[in-house]
Amino acid sequence: MNLTTISLPDPEQLLTQLAEQLVPVITTNTALVGIHSGGVWIMERLLPLLSKQHTIEYGLLDIAFYRDDFAHRGLRAENKPSQITFDVEDKDIILIDDIFYTGRTTRAAMNELFDYGRPSSISLAVLINRGGRELPIAPQFIGAEIPLQAHQNLQLSRDEQGSFSLALEENLEEKNGKKLNVQSSAH
Amino acid sequence: MYNPQLTSDGQLRHLLSVEGLPKKILSQILDTAESFVGVAEREVKKVPLLRGKTVCNIFFENSTRTRTTFEIAAKRLSADVLNLNVNTSSQAKGETILDTVDNLIAMHADIFVVRHKQSGAAHLIAQHVAPHIHVINAGDGRHAHPTQGLLDVFTIRRYKPEMHNLRVAIVGDVLHSRVARSEIHALTTLGVPEVRVIAPKTLLPEHVEKLGVQVFHNMKAGLKDVDVVMMLRLQNERMNGAMLPSAQEYFKTYGLTQEKLDYAKPDAIVMHPGPMNRGVEIDSAVADGNQSVILPQVTYGIAVRMAVMAILAGNSASSIAGNGS
Repeated sequence: MNLTTISLPDPEQLLTQLAEQLVPVITTNTALVGIHSGGVWIMERLLPLLSKQHTIEYGLLDIAFYRDDFAHRGLRAENKPSQITFDVEDKDIILIDDIFYTGRTTRAAMNELFDYGRPSSISLAVLINRGGRELPIAPQFIGAEIPLQAHQNLQLSRDEQGSFSLALEENLEEKNGKKLNVQSSAH
Repeated sequence: MYNPQLTSDGQLRHLLSVEGLPKKILSQILDTAESFVGVAEREVKKVPLLRGKTVCNIFFENSTRTRTTFEIAAKRLSADVLNLNVNTSSQAKGETILDTVDNLIAMHADIFVVRHKQSGAAHLIAQHVAPHIHVINAGDGRHAHPTQGLLDVFTIRRYKPEMHNLRVAIVGDVLHSRVARSEIHALTTLGVPEVRVIAPKTLLPEHVEKLGVQVFHNMKAGLKDVDVVMMLRLQNERMNGAMLPSAQEYFKTYGLTQEKLDYAKPDAIVMHPGPMNRGVEIDSAVADGNQSVILPQVTYGIAVRMAVMAILAGNSASSIAGNGS
């Protein structure tokens, strides 16, 4: 595949599509949990779109203390406290992340959630599924499927006005013998 | 300059003293501790970070609070914990410190938490161990007690987040206190503009003002308009000869009563590292009063010690994996 031909979707549009999928499954027992940091941004935007009927409880997770690569990478310099202020017990939780890749973040988030209580169910909503999962975990609600290769890095960012953009980074290090990043982006 | 506490790429390898720690690392410890405060409020108060690691508390000198908070911190990180009270073990039979340590390394200890009455004991062990093993100083002689200093600063930051706008008074036996030194270094590194010490001349080290503090010998002047009052324990057991007339006399002049506390700002907080001598350096009414944050200090001490152990254990990972990529 010629890498430069990938056209990235508009993340704002994906957000609307994701909200449309979620609206029918929201009940009074639903709680949203965003995974720091991209997942929290998405959750903050989804909340007003989903809580038209009734208010929805929500929280955020920083999975730093549950990562499976701590033994290799240690603790990142920056981490945010997880904030789950509602009672997790018997809730239907929708975990929210920006980009789904290996499934390891989701596993860590589920492990952390269970330390707050035993939810009735957990499902996963993501803006983009980039493929490449390494665990038997898959998102149920997906804004878009964008299959990518391992050397490609898709990043969601948020500007000061709160609007999203996507950037694709190609790491051509191996081809050229030195680090070289080619970027394409969508706003 | 070689700093035995840091790895070659500037990460925390051992925690021996607050002196020489860059602001970046101090902030990293405090920010990480902030995340651990929430863990203690959950149904399950544990995270899996140190699964499979062994933390050894070697206490050559008694300390119930410090040892138990280190123990509970390690357990909440899912580490296995070994407590050695060396007073009552092989050292009594003549084993050297490093022999004791080597035996524990042979049992695959990963982190040593060390308290010793000799200054430099933790240093000695840190210089002896392999790169993947970490040493935390839990108090050495009069030298340092870095986790206490850090938990005090953490407590201050929680109640008074505007650190660059604070006036802090440290009151009492600065001369014999390893906590005071750690506190002064942490406070000045984190940008607290005014740190005062209040004590009689006999309980202040020479040239104490070189640490960047203002010196007072009078409570009324020293406590005027401060935001934080940090009381120190009167270290009776360390005192050689008569530096003070009597405990009663000391209480009259330097003991913290509500009357003296009223010189400080009305919302000032009162701290004490424990164990308290009620009626000597602090009046019971103040210790139990609504400005006291002495018990929250103990709770936050667990979060701070979790943060230190988690950061250290993570850094052995990156040193083994080279660049940590």
